[in-house]
Amino acid sequence: MPIAAKFEIEYLQYMDAEGKLVREDLPEFARDTKQMVELYKLMVSTRVFDTKSIALQRTGKLGTYASCLGHEATHVGIGSSLKPEDVLAPSYREYGAQLYRGVRPRDVYMYWGGDERGNDYVNEPARHDFAWSVPIGTQCLHAAGSALAFKIRKEKRVAVCTIGDGGSSKSDFYGAINVAGARDLPLVAAIVNNQWAISVPRKIQSGARTLAQKGIAAGLACIQVDGNDIIAVKKAMGDAIERARKGDGGSVVECVTYRLGDHTTADDARRYRGKEEVEDAWKKDPVKRLRAWLEASKAWDQKREDAWQAECDEWMDNEVNTYLETKAQPVTAMFDYTFAELPADLVKQRDEAMALEKGAH
Amino acid sequence: MAAITLIEAVTQALAYEMKHDPSVVVLGEDVGVNGGVFRATQGLSEKFGEWRVFDTPLDETTIAGVTVGMAAQGMRPIAEAQFEGFIYPMMEQIVCHAARMRNRTRGRLTCPAVFRAPWGGGIHAPEHHSEANEHLFTNVPGLRVVLPSSPARAYGLLLAAIRDPDPVIFFEPKRIYRQYKEEVPDDGEALPLDVCFVLRDGTDITLVTWGAQVKETLEAAEQLAKEGISAEVIDLATLTPLDFDTIAESVAKTGRCVIVHEAPKTAGFGGEIAARIAEECIYDLLAPVVRVTGWDIHTPLYRLENKQLPSTARVVDAAKKTLAAG
Repeated sequence: MPIAAKFEIEYLQYMDAEGKLVREDLPEFARDTKQMVELYKLMVSTRVFDTKSIALQRTGKLGTYASCLGHEATHVGIGSSLKPEDVLAPSYREYGAQLYRGVRPRDVYMYWGGDERGNDYVNEPARHDFAWSVPIGTQCLHAAGSALAFKIRKEKRVAVCTIGDGGSSKSDFYGAINVAGARDLPLVAAIVNNQWAISVPRKIQSGARTLAQKGIAAGLACIQVDGNDIIAVKKAMGDAIERARKGDGGSVVECVTYRLGDHTTADDARRYRGKEEVEDAWKKDPVKRLRAWLEASKAWDQKREDAWQAECDEWMDNEVNTYLETKAQPVTAMFDYTFAELPADLVKQRDEAMALEKGAH
Repeated sequence: MAAITLIEAVTQALAYEMKHDPSVVVLGEDVGVNGGVFRATQGLSEKFGEWRVFDTPLDETTIAGVTVGMAAQGMRPIAEAQFEGFIYPMMEQIVCHAARMRNRTRGRLTCPAVFRAPWGGGIHAPEHHSEANEHLFTNVPGLRVVLPSSPARAYGLLLAAIRDPDPVIFFEPKRIYRQYKEEVPDDGEALPLDVCFVLRDGTDITLVTWGAQVKETLEAAEQLAKEGISAEVIDLATLTPLDFDTIAESVAKTGRCVIVHEAPKTAGFGGEIAARIAEECIYDLLAPVVRVTGWDIHTPLYRLENKQLPSTARVVDAAKKTLAAG
């Protein structure tokens, strides 16, 4: 029988769970020890930030929070692959990517702490990125729309969306990669496959052997990488982004990782997954393996680790304090951004709400 | 200057704005070479090229989501839903993102987009092609819902919708797409949004309506005039945010009000107007407010669809009963 078309999905890994190299053809950035140390430091600070966030929630100082424990290599790998002028459309867990782009920990605390100002990122390049998108998968189309805007304006920019394994089941994801493939849009969809969509495991999301291969149907370049190996993530993402920038089309990059924590602080993962599975996943910890590699390369040691941990603690404490000291917005703020200019009826309602605040009624 | 139809006025507004603002793009199914199934985008692809008159894959979710993304990154996209009955897959993107992008980000990102759709019944179309569903959008904060009822208002309101810094649902009453022609200068003059239009002055009763139903309501006013009854006709044009002052002034003058709309009665937008009149003008009323609307049913297939659309006779009858009531 003649073959109409044939496809395969490559798997990329440079560093195993022990931090040992499994291939020698390291990308250039990985040979730059200084840069690798910087990436490692951000992975550590992301974890310190995450630990702090959960503690804040447990002590009633933060609302429901979605932990990023275990995703540090994937998130920092993605975030560090974009150029400043590119656009990131994240879901709601990619703090490592966002911190790299200039989102401050206090912004994240503000958002999960019930204050929209957390989405008003002040630092570039995050300032032109999308805010957290809670309805699953919907952000993929925002990235596709950004990519279309770039193409129409002939800008050499790339739009990147992140999406979970569960999110890759959504029509928005399929729609985004489909239009990107049909029109060669500079879109890179990074699937953060952390094995669990709340309680539903990866195998129930899709019968596809890889999630990366979903991109084949859309005509995109596809690859699966070890999402706990930051070198693999950054290499695959970097290649995909530069390919898109050159006008050679979009990509799907599946980063295989593991959600070491609960879905959110409102979830209890013990209800649906075994202890052994989680213990096994901890053996593949992305932070531990990069540290092992850096230490073997004499680029890192316990002393530097302790110093950086202390620095992160201080940084996060400072961010937490700033967040906790921030007063709630005035009640008028909940009206003020509904339209560019408030319609007369809304001005009346705003006045009414203000009067209630002042105890006039 | 040639006289043009409502649909030609839509095309004229799109072409004008695309010519003067390079950030304006049109996207949807069949909007390109085919010029749209109703020909709203006729000739635009030749003028502005396939990237600014963008044929999308056949997926309404994609059209809406891409529109949000483009708008947030500095474009002014105009998305077309081929029929109002196909807008439902777009609703998540419209409600969850377009309408709240500004609020979510405290104004950092916005969504200056227009979602256009041919709207309403009366053209003998198949199922899902003949709905009046504007009330599903009027309850969404951060959205404008606009329904023009003449070529001139289609032109001026569409220009205003495209230039508006916030998202606009622009429903085009397809039953009157080609009902009549009028001269509409292509001067780029927008009409104000958030303002009702008084189409006919009157002193005895206020008739409030929008969209294609303006036709029957004006006919009813004409018939009433022959019987010596002076009816004022108000076309809402922008449903939300609502210019209630114009309605209140009219009701203060007439003391009577009939609201006419094609959509089902229960929780239709007429209910909002009736409630506002009860809240703010009840002492001006000489008789209860009456609604003449579609029944609370799905739009029938076309052998019966005219039984769903409020007729001129129903409007006249309701007006007379209202006048007799107090």
